[in-house]
Amino acid sequence: MSQQYVHSEALVSTEWLAKNLETPNIRIIESNEDPLLYSAGHVPGAVHIDWVTDLNDQVRRDYLDKEAFEQLMSKHGITNETLVVFYGDKGNWWACYAFWVFQLFGHPHAAIVDGGRKKWEAEKRPLTREVPSYPPTTYKAKERMDYRIRAFRDQVLQHVELQGRLIDVRSVGEYKGELLHMPDYPQEGSLRGGHIPGANNIPWSKATNDDGTFKSIDELRHLYETENGFNPNQNIITYCRIGERSSHTWFVLSYLLGYDNVRNYDGSWTEWGNLVRVPIEK
Amino acid sequence: MADLSDYPEALRDILETFAEVEEYERHEILLDYSDRFQEVPPPIAERPFPEINRVQRCESEAYVFVEKTEDNRINFYFAVENPQGVSARALGAILQESLSGSTAEQIERIPNDIVIRLFGPRISMGKGEGLLGMVSLLKYFVKQSAS
Repeated sequence: MSQQYVHSEALVSTEWLAKNLETPNIRIIESNEDPLLYSAGHVPGAVHIDWVTDLNDQVRRDYLDKEAFEQLMSKHGITNETLVVFYGDKGNWWACYAFWVFQLFGHPHAAIVDGGRKKWEAEKRPLTREVPSYPPTTYKAKERMDYRIRAFRDQVLQHVELQGRLIDVRSVGEYKGELLHMPDYPQEGSLRGGHIPGANNIPWSKATNDDGTFKSIDELRHLYETENGFNPNQNIITYCRIGERSSHTWFVLSYLLGYDNVRNYDGSWTEWGNLVRVPIEK
Repeated sequence: MADLSDYPEALRDILETFAEVEEYERHEILLDYSDRFQEVPPPIAERPFPEINRVQRCESEAYVFVEKTEDNRINFYFAVENPQGVSARALGAILQESLSGSTAEQIERIPNDIVIRLFGPRISMGKGEGLLGMVSLLKYFVKQSAS
């Protein structure tokens, strides 16, 4: 019999969600790549948190600050005791990204819906276009703690120089530097193609099954530990192109496998691939 | 970016509207188009749709079908199999409502920046590629049918 994930409380099933749509003190949050999807239909009672307009600072390439996070929580009726449950499209990329941003502020009660939006829809569970509203709350956030789970470029460079372990979770083509941007959209890309020296390429999707759920803990251990030589005591940095796919892998390592020292480099390839005087590998 | 005058006339009105809208209005309009989307009717194609009609790298599992009429017009249709393919359905409806039944030359004139004009600069690389793939496959079939 397969073992349970190390922090199994951070993962809930679609079945659990269906039974808890009206449970008090739970807030369901949809976070997507496609900004149209929530409006097209969402889990009843779910609020929408958009990674650009809600979670990003609109001036700096950074995240919202303590005050803005408190306001966002208040707007959605979330208290410090609320269990926030994230789901979304694209295999839960943005759900994991939102979960990660919430952890920058140390929100203690948080979970991902295993299989995300894809599984909820495949099971023909209810969707609505009704946008809920909740009474505003008073939320007291801690100051944002970047150092624990977020890596910056200088730290990444130092990590490379110390031959630290990195996981590039992009596709093989991106890792090899064959794919810099989509046709006719060069502004989306980077000046150089390749990967951060020493990084292993483990595409995020290898951690998931076809139905969008996470693989079992045994399969995950085999993937990261047996096949790629990682272990829970290492200091690991994950990255992708802008930090969303790598927050998915960050979640897998930190919560499903219980690794203590995993940081997500949100600058990712759109920063590293354009940086002056940093090394790359192809 | 291509100039609006590079676009076939039937698309210009729609693109002018999109050029002026706020982000929330853009979503409402796109959703409206998505709701109006009509997939390829049975005489033209039936499930399982042929692989040759499938748009590569499109996660919405979109298919494109083209039919040439006796008076040298092109009718075209789409199918979108992924229930999450709201954007693909919106693009399909916009293209079909504005350009299906026009000439091959008109359809082949659709510039590639149509995706960014309709969906805005926030469109992600993956989604943009898929949507652009719909336009490219449409233009490819149209070119083939003309030759």
